[in-house]
Amino acid sequence: MEETKSPIMDRIAEANKSATTGIDSKDIKEWITIYIMGRGYKVPADLTVLTAMEYAGYKFVRSVGCRQGFCGACATVFRKKGDYKLQADMACQTRAEDGMYLVQIPFTPAEKASYDLTKEDYSPSVLIKYYPEVARCVSCNTCTKACPQDLEVMDYVQAALRGDFEALARDSFDCIQCGLCAMRCPAEIVQYHVGQLGRRLYGRNGLGAPKHLEKRVEEIQNGQFKKALDTVISCSDEELRKKYTAREIEPE
Amino acid sequence: MAELKYIEGYPDYMRKLIERVQETREKRLTYTPPAMSMKERDEVLQVHPDFAPGGKRLISVGPNKGERASNEVADLLEAYPLLEEGDVNLSVVDFETKILIVGGGLAGTSAALWANDSGVPARDILLTNKLRHGDANSIMAEGGTQAADREVDSPDKHYLDTIGGGHFANKPDVVRALVEDAPLAIKWLCDLGVIFDRDESGDLEEKLAGGLSVKRMHSCRDYSGLEELRVIRDEFRSRGIPCLEHYPVIELLTDGNRVSGAVLWNMETSEYKIVKAQATIIATGGYGRLHIRGFPTTNHYGATFDGVVLAYRAGAKLRDIDAVQYHPTGAAYPLQIVGHLLTEKLRGSGAQPVNIDGEAFVYPLEPRDVEAAALIRECYVRDKGITTPTGLRGVWLDTPLIELKNGNGFIEKEFPGMVRMYNRYEIDMRKDPVLVFPTLHYQNGGIETDPWGKTNIEGLWVAGEVSGGVHGKNRLMGNSTLDCLVFGRRAGINAAEHVKSHKNSAKLTLGHLKTYVQALKDAGIKPTRRAPILLPDYRGKAALARMIDVF
Repeated sequence: MEETKSPIMDRIAEANKSATTGIDSKDIKEWITIYIMGRGYKVPADLTVLTAMEYAGYKFVRSVGCRQGFCGACATVFRKKGDYKLQADMACQTRAEDGMYLVQIPFTPAEKASYDLTKEDYSPSVLIKYYPEVARCVSCNTCTKACPQDLEVMDYVQAALRGDFEALARDSFDCIQCGLCAMRCPAEIVQYHVGQLGRRLYGRNGLGAPKHLEKRVEEIQNGQFKKALDTVISCSDEELRKKYTAREIEPE
Repeated sequence: MAELKYIEGYPDYMRKLIERVQETREKRLTYTPPAMSMKERDEVLQVHPDFAPGGKRLISVGPNKGERASNEVADLLEAYPLLEEGDVNLSVVDFETKILIVGGGLAGTSAALWANDSGVPARDILLTNKLRHGDANSIMAEGGTQAADREVDSPDKHYLDTIGGGHFANKPDVVRALVEDAPLAIKWLCDLGVIFDRDESGDLEEKLAGGLSVKRMHSCRDYSGLEELRVIRDEFRSRGIPCLEHYPVIELLTDGNRVSGAVLWNMETSEYKIVKAQATIIATGGYGRLHIRGFPTTNHYGATFDGVVLAYRAGAKLRDIDAVQYHPTGAAYPLQIVGHLLTEKLRGSGAQPVNIDGEAFVYPLEPRDVEAAALIRECYVRDKGITTPTGLRGVWLDTPLIELKNGNGFIEKEFPGMVRMYNRYEIDMRKDPVLVFPTLHYQNGGIETDPWGKTNIEGLWVAGEVSGGVHGKNRLMGNSTLDCLVFGRRAGINAAEHVKSHKNSAKLTLGHLKTYVQALKDAGIKPTRRAPILLPDYRGKAALARMIDVF
């Protein structure tokens, strides 16, 4: 059933095979050794912690998600050769380095509060009501050092304490909720849940209603665009193409 | 690559090539190549992976027998089930629920919330995930969500853009639902506390994107999907809706032409569980991890086409399943991030694709298939690409142009995720261009539905990327998160209505497998492939070669 081949597609597939199938050691020029939970493995030098572990033979079920730094599933704790520092990062975003020894943290035990925002005031006391441990912050900055997104975590915890929703939302916005801050916090605060509640309160109450959105929803519900849609949906293919080509593009 | 010298993240030979990009930058600040004519588009599409010879075949079994699909897709549709009748005891039901939702991205999570809002108590809903709740393509969506809510815009304009972008192959009634519900979806998210980008006056900031005629893209920096999903997931958790993680569905259960439940499988203990459900909503996403035609992908680890495979065996009809979306700009360097998404918003904000000679060779905002084909042509037909130390080819995406056009600090404000990703490899995308090549991005087609997400199978709804029809042959930016929000909502509401008016008297059987396996045998297909595959396998070949199973 196979049709004729495409040499271009074959060349693209060949060039990409290290990213699409397992890595073949014959393609590798430089090697490093990493220690996965204490055991040494020789792996190619151009990999992330995640792909290096896969090269070594691990097939992940946990500690993996989007593989591109957005989901926070692959939290990793490691030390580098000759360095006293305990570091934390995302396995999919961290280069594997020679002598690194590491372990995955697949889960963060943490209590998330339940709330109904329609019944809450836009007040700093809401944060304290649901997460009173915020007040235990000792400003040690360990959370900030643990953050793989380089967020100023301690600053947003302090903003939560002050009731500064805008700063809390701004400083916590890029949070991927990996849990590393909470795992390192000596005051046992779950920073990323506090950030989530704060951002939702700010998004709901602190930004002002969009000017035209509500009106548009009403217009649609009142059937204002029914006729225009009826018309366009009943167009012949030819008419549609004509309309499409004649569209005016809004300037930048 | 020990012999190479690296300067600011690039080997010195690439650094020298960057000088050519710098030399032409000022000239390109005021020059954009013209958009292609329809004829030029058709010409360049000959090298698009969907149109280049090879790569596809006719499906030999099931409701879409005789239609063309990518080989990797046909392989899974023509695979044998993981289960045989008798492998599982269907007389013991572990979970009896009214609505079973398979997949916890934007679509599945929205469906749960709207079913709950429509009167189905939380305890009567069950959301199950293959990975964690939220480990989905939704969370990786960078660009944003379309909705025609500005005064100058209208749902019919959104309709026309969508259907033209889809090469007029879209299913009209579902496109209509998409564009009509879009403003409502944005309002729902705002009310739940999603923080969309605002302009100086405090109003929603809306942007252009490839194929749009009006600015209607709503973004949350370059973390749009993350912000939308984490907010609705937080609402889901606050309501205490039951949720299972690392529990994929490995087969649907049926009673004649009706889905009546599912077999779940615990990925850690290998134990199975039987679910009985009055309504099942599949929201399992797409198929990037099939690496169609050997392309890298922007997709998450679990994007393995499971939902379509399961529904197809139960008799669900597919449409536009032959159309694969390759995003024009995936990272091509360094090796660690090959295939990762560089949002279209970069080009929407002024970045230009540039070849090895420093020339801008394509209008930056062609529809995605045309833009992707133009990049492939530049690299492999015209030989104007840049080859990386590991043998990949790509073209430059001249990101420093963005700041020349929008002012200093713009990139850091709008693209924090991108800046962060490149900084890890000592590349400053504000000062230097980045190397890009098309990457497998989206399953354009899928399971056919009516405007309420209902399939041709009784008791089965679908929502999001797993469905087909709304995007035709090519999806526009900002219509995927919207698809999830609109049809997740519609499926949730419609399934809720269904369970309120129907009693659950259906049997739990694997009867549909018998028919399907017989069809496979009749077609002469050998039982070498099994599906769903659940996860891809990237283990090193050396380690795999020496693996043995001893217990």
